[in-house]
Amino acid sequence: MSNIFPKSANKLPLQIVIYLVVLVGLATAGVTYYMTPKYTRVGYAPVQPVPYSHALHVGQLGLDCRYCHSNIEQSGYANLPTAQTCMNCHSMVKKDSPLLAVVRKSYETGESVPWVQIHQTPDYVYFNHAVHVNRGVSCVECHGKINEMEVVSHQKSLSMGFCLDCHRNPEAHVREKADIFNLDSPTIATKSGTEAGVKFVHDWKIKPPQSCTGCHR
Amino acid sequence: MRNVYLVTFFIAVLIVSVFGLRGRHFTQPPIEVFPEWAFPGMKHQPKYKPQSESKFFADGRTDRPIPANTVSRTELRTDDELYLGKAADGSWLRGFPKSITVDAQLMARGHERFSIYCAPCHGALGDGNGITKQYGMGATPTYHDTRLREIAEGEIFNTITHGKTNMLPYADKVTPHDRWAIILYVRSLQRAQNGTVADVPADHRSELGLK
Repeated sequence: MSNIFPKSANKLPLQIVIYLVVLVGLATAGVTYYMTPKYTRVGYAPVQPVPYSHALHVGQLGLDCRYCHSNIEQSGYANLPTAQTCMNCHSMVKKDSPLLAVVRKSYETGESVPWVQIHQTPDYVYFNHAVHVNRGVSCVECHGKINEMEVVSHQKSLSMGFCLDCHRNPEAHVREKADIFNLDSPTIATKSGTEAGVKFVHDWKIKPPQSCTGCHR
Repeated sequence: MRNVYLVTFFIAVLIVSVFGLRGRHFTQPPIEVFPEWAFPGMKHQPKYKPQSESKFFADGRTDRPIPANTVSRTELRTDDELYLGKAADGSWLRGFPKSITVDAQLMARGHERFSIYCAPCHGALGDGNGITKQYGMGATPTYHDTRLREIAEGEIFNTITHGKTNMLPYADKVTPHDRWAIILYVRSLQRAQNGTVADVPADHRSELGLK
């Protein structure tokens, strides 16, 4: 019988095994890097029907978040403002601007302004805005520095790991009541040390749930 | 074997160059790792959420207006003093409704709400010099003239609720209780702007550098 396989074929099984290990390693790295909200959602900045600048209205004019998102302290849902909210000022300021045509039409006809939602949890996650802002969690913790954004973009991953980071260590993330809507404010922990954060969490009876049903229903 | 590694390397480079790195800005809707067709009814459940879209109702909204001639439970407003700012005889109420407790807590609440909703136009001092004035919002009146110092509390309440001339209604943003809190704070601003040395108790005058 002649030699069908050359001698080098003896090494082949080992080489295949090594290659498979490399391949699985690469695939794992790819999945870890790409199949997460850190990749799929962070940076999402859709084109909105009105090019509203938070940097101008909040950062420069100093409007409070609650001027527009007015139910945030009572409601689990952070409401978008009514067209009338815009018209409170824009019936006089830049009242003929073509950029505001959609808002004027909405105000006159009652049609909705088709804003595009950026931050979105899956429907099986029940996130309550009021509970968070009334318990020392500032907007900036989940939304980033909106007050500096010309166009709002998705900044934090809002993955389950992201939620749990804070639910397990709230003392590192809480702010004084007066600082909740001041997006440039430091956390209690950075201002007065971790112990002050721990004390705040204790005094305010902040007990973030870590059980599944805390957020999933 | 070397060729296999080269091909793998090029595929990896290809994937990275197609999908890019984390953190770039993009306007297209995000990719779903677990797409709706494979896992129906999980991420997007057939339920209505606030301010979302409905294909069922003619106006395209899930939020429904309150039907005519109905009142939501707990929303029956029979107290004219509290909800309309009117006294029993139909005139504007002077002072505060009986159901409102005027205390430091109400004042603090009024300060907070005033700073959010009123100060942008009326200014932190109530002098009509809010930030919007620099952007073309003209003629915001000052609180510190005789007419507004003597106006009835109930009429201020009515102005916040329904607006007046250029000012649009704030009823959807400021609850009736908060409107009274704001009125209390406005009264304190008016008092402060028209105070004299005689108003400061004698033993506190030195703290303000007064004699």
